[in-house]
Amino acid sequence: MRFMMIVKATTDSEAGVLPSQEQFDAMQKYNEELVKAGVLLAADGLMSSSNGIRISYPEPGGKPKIIDGPFTEAKELIAGYTLIEVKSREEAIEWAVRMPDPHGFGHGEIELRQVFKVEELTNNAELLLKETALRKQVEERKQT
Amino acid sequence: MSLSDTHRTIDAIWRIESAKIIAGLTRMVRDVGLAEDLAHDALVIALEQWPQTGIPDNPAAWLMMTGKRRAIDLLRRTKLRDQKYTEIASGTDLYTEEDIDHALGEEIGDDLLRLIFMTCHPVLSQEGRVALTLRLLCGLTTDEIARSFLAAETTIAQRIVRAKRTLRDKKVPFSVPSGEELKDRLLPVLEVIYLMFNEGYSATTGDQWIRPILCQEALRLGRVLAEIVPFEPEVHGLVALMEIQSSRFKTRVNPMGEPVLLMDQNRAEWDQLLIRRGLVALERSRKLGRPLGSYSLQAAISACHAKAPTADATDWIRISALYEALSRVTPSPIVELNRAVAVSMAFGPAYGLQIVDELGAESSLKGYHLLPSVRGDLLMKLGRVDEACKEFEQAASMTQNERERKLLLNRAAECDSRKSK
Repeated sequence: MRFMMIVKATTDSEAGVLPSQEQFDAMQKYNEELVKAGVLLAADGLMSSSNGIRISYPEPGGKPKIIDGPFTEAKELIAGYTLIEVKSREEAIEWAVRMPDPHGFGHGEIELRQVFKVEELTNNAELLLKETALRKQVEERKQT
Repeated sequence: MSLSDTHRTIDAIWRIESAKIIAGLTRMVRDVGLAEDLAHDALVIALEQWPQTGIPDNPAAWLMMTGKRRAIDLLRRTKLRDQKYTEIASGTDLYTEEDIDHALGEEIGDDLLRLIFMTCHPVLSQEGRVALTLRLLCGLTTDEIARSFLAAETTIAQRIVRAKRTLRDKKVPFSVPSGEELKDRLLPVLEVIYLMFNEGYSATTGDQWIRPILCQEALRLGRVLAEIVPFEPEVHGLVALMEIQSSRFKTRVNPMGEPVLLMDQNRAEWDQLLIRRGLVALERSRKLGRPLGSYSLQAAISACHAKAPTADATDWIRISALYEALSRVTPSPIVELNRAVAVSMAFGPAYGLQIVDELGAESSLKGYHLLPSVRGDLLMKLGRVDEACKEFEQAASMTQNERERKLLLNRAAECDSRKSK
């Protein structure tokens, strides 16, 4: 299963303050551990929201509305993510707990979320398909 | 944290750390069977203590230290005052936390590699290697291994016991070969990993959940190996091959569980992240600047498909060349048959047919239904419908697979109807 560890933004990260060397090294070491364990799929840090945009659809069926960054409410923003592939939710939690404090001044926050698999998204559709086929067979049999 | 929560957490920690701990303990006692028992002892103690004391800050070091203490206790109890004991007793200064941290950090890659070489050792049967590797390096339970191979649990348990005994009886050393020997010994390791992967990939029957586990475990172990021996191009080649094949995991069968040919798969559903990882791994292999080996070449072929946005855009000329290189590295009639298909796509069916006809004399392909099947396909494209029909009928009579037989008979019937027109 895939999980995404999402590092939340802070006022500092939004202001473009880079992590200290110490934090950077700790994160590097952690990422190396993930690589050595064969579980890391991808990891990236995001630039601050000041050069981002937001697209919203206030009118259902209407045109999108585009708003330029920066955005307030730093805690609702994302500063980076790490995508891992593990065997269980518990294993994902264990890795997430081992991630170093991303900001180091009491504002660090990491969110762990499971990623949908294509199978999980489509399984229902497949079941539906199978079920429809079965029903059709039953109907046909009834008619003959 | 409730008791069951703690147990689940311990499970997760075990999964992450067990291979390293077993490797570290094997270095100490030189016997994988004993090392696994000791590691399990440590796990049992953790299961008893951690719910009360809480999970230690460095659980891996705790488990390793506990396992080592158990090893020393055991050796003292059995009064095994041989050289092994002296060796270990002199190493008791390993007890400080820093030393164990160090052992878990710097040297653990080496220990893991030694363990992989042990579980994939040529003295073991192929089945024994696979079962032992899944157990000791991937941390799968006997039950999980049994379910993934659709075998009885007792069969797998016996296989593992036998493999451990063989390693002990044959005194297989816990060491990493150097130079040319390393390359030779790496081959069975890669073979075991790819076998695990294929077992999970090619099977469309069996437990829905457990079969993909084999692919994931093989891929994970491959990625681990690529970090420990980054200087071996074929390790990256194998990882690349598995990453790219995994990207098609979902599309390789249809909702009814029937295999879907590569050319007919929905490319929009291929996992682009895994494709990208595969291409990066292939690049790592290439950058080492040695002639591409079998896995790297297969990965390169797979990459050609992965990079083509549509089936029509496939670079068949490049694929033909790669198959030619592959048939030189690992000559096999099956590779030749694949090359024939690629050549026919790149340069026309007449050229493909030429290769297939040269293969006709190959005795090892007698009874192989894909030979007449491919031949029929090429003849059909050349408008030689009568001959094509015969080939399809012959192929249909050779295949063991009911679904395939139906497909081939349909093609034969298609030829017949074309004739009558």
